Amino acid sequence: MTAIQDTTVRSQPRTLSERLARLAGRSPTHIILGLIGFIWLVPTIGILITSFRPSADMRATGWWTILVEPRFTLGNYERVFEGEGMLQAFINSVMITLPSTLLPLVVASMAAYALAWVKFPLRDTTFLIIVAMLMVPVQVGFIPLVTAFRESGTGLLTNYGAVWLAHTAYALPFGIFLLRNFFITLPKDLIEAARIDGASNVGIFRTIVVPLSVPAIAAYGIFQFLWVWNDLLMALVYAQRNSIQPMTVKVTQLLGTYATEWSLLAAASFVVMIVPLIVFISLQRYFVQGLLAGSVK
Amino acid sequence: MTAANPPATGSGTDDAKRPGAGFPWAALIFLGPAGLLLLVFLAFPIVYTFFLSFNRGRGGEFSDWVGLDNWIRLFTQDPNFLRLGFPPSGALWNNVLWIVFYVSLTVLLGLILAVMATRVRYEALIKGIVFLPQAIAATSLAIIWRFVYAPDPETGLLNAVLGVGGVGPLSVLGSPDTVNWALIAVGVWGSVGFATVILSAAIKGISSEVLEAARVDGANETQIFWRIIVPMVSLPISVVAVTLVVNVIKLFDIIFVMTGGGPGASSRVIAFSMYQEAFPQGQFGYGAAIAVVMLLLLIPVMIFNIRRFRAEAVQS
Repeated sequence: MTAIQDTTVRSQPRTLSERLARLAGRSPTHIILGLIGFIWLVPTIGILITSFRPSADMRATGWWTILVEPRFTLGNYERVFEGEGMLQAFINSVMITLPSTLLPLVVASMAAYALAWVKFPLRDTTFLIIVAMLMVPVQVGFIPLVTAFRESGTGLLTNYGAVWLAHTAYALPFGIFLLRNFFITLPKDLIEAARIDGASNVGIFRTIVVPLSVPAIAAYGIFQFLWVWNDLLMALVYAQRNSIQPMTVKVTQLLGTYATEWSLLAAASFVVMIVPLIVFISLQRYFVQGLLAGSVK
Repeated sequence: MTAANPPATGSGTDDAKRPGAGFPWAALIFLGPAGLLLLVFLAFPIVYTFFLSFNRGRGGEFSDWVGLDNWIRLFTQDPNFLRLGFPPSGALWNNVLWIVFYVSLTVLLGLILAVMATRVRYEALIKGIVFLPQAIAATSLAIIWRFVYAPDPETGLLNAVLGVGGVGPLSVLGSPDTVNWALIAVGVWGSVGFATVILSAAIKGISSEVLEAARVDGANETQIFWRIIVPMVSLPISVVAVTLVVNVIKLFDIIFVMTGGGPGASSRVIAFSMYQEAFPQGQFGYGAAIAVVMLLLLIPVMIFNIRRFRAEAVQS
């Protein structure tokens, strides 16, 4: 009974008092959501503000005092880029991330095409094995691969080779899974018709399957880009020379050296965050799609 | 290993009818690069890591075969990995704590947030804010929270707030009693957005007629939440929960950056122990054994994924 009365009130707030009553009835929701928004934003805002505060201020007072005595500087950013080698680390992050994103895109698309549209024996079994490989943790590779790379005399651990190859390989099960499931939804008639017209597999792949699958490939590309950019563990293991280490590793080294130099650490960690934040905000739709699809990884 | 699956939908024309067919060259060419990488970097290491777990492997030199030594040490003589007693402790036990508290809290908060967000006009905004930690590196996230937890009330937000209430200052990351809870809170903070987005999509799929009918029948919001919404999205909940369990088993960055497994070894988890024992300590054989444990823990999820995938393939 009351429920029906409630809905009538809710749908016709005519007077101001009715509106206020409606607001008060709903205010727990707003208060809780407001509190949640606050808890989820404030830590990040704190680090952002600290990255712009002079380190003398940082040592004296909390970052929230910025409200009463606003003083900002770019000095922390200058220091991490110039004095602490963050610029080189930024370049290294780019050098690691671009090939580690593009290579798996190409290799996984090709494999996914074969699994979706080329007939061969044990195809479904092959695909199930790849689905199983989604769950193989990267740690399984550490001991055998680091040992093999060291003994090979190729220097892969000290140029970018090892980290590129490892990122590519461990991205494949998810990429193949995602793209094969997308490719298989493409209209069968279109591909049949192309085959009858004499198109080769390479032709069908390049001119039909890839152009029609841009959203899925983009989602996977963004997912992989952020994954590699944000990765710490693979870089610690497979990039074993200072001059090739990405920003995530650099930040942990800075943390070891300057445990309480928060303005410096804040600037460094914000530099790591900025690229993913831009990607996230500008390509949010693809990112969420990739994430939804990636909930199996 | 049933090779006799009916061919899945969408297979192309029979290559057997095409000239030059017989051996599937096209499949080999398209699958070749992926197959090679997967064999060398995933399949071979699975076997080889298991093999190397029977060697001391000190400093990466595999000359000292020790039989089951690493395995016996791992489960009976290494309190940093597993100490059964009351209360139990060690990396593996911490993973249990993480699975119980991180997974349930993340799912519960994600569900509540998804339900509440659908009722307000700023739904996209609040979901975006909570989702944001998903985009940033766990390394940055860990530094953000180390800063929040800083023991000095003139630096750390948590102790500033506690100080207003007359409590503290506390070093939550410096005490073995609080460190795991402080880390789990960070984990929840980082993952609720993921749960919210997935569950929100599922909740929107519930027809409004069902909810209206319940309201007309006099159900209150709590009853609707527990008796209608939760059961109706139980499948997405299980998918989210499984993903979070996998996160826990692979959890490394937050621990490495925030505590380095400390104080002592009180906040270690299995993925951290694997790295720590193998690389800084140079115990490659021991690290290999831990990697095998990680793989074994993930095999149930592997089976879950394959079952789920096959069920979907049958439906479509």
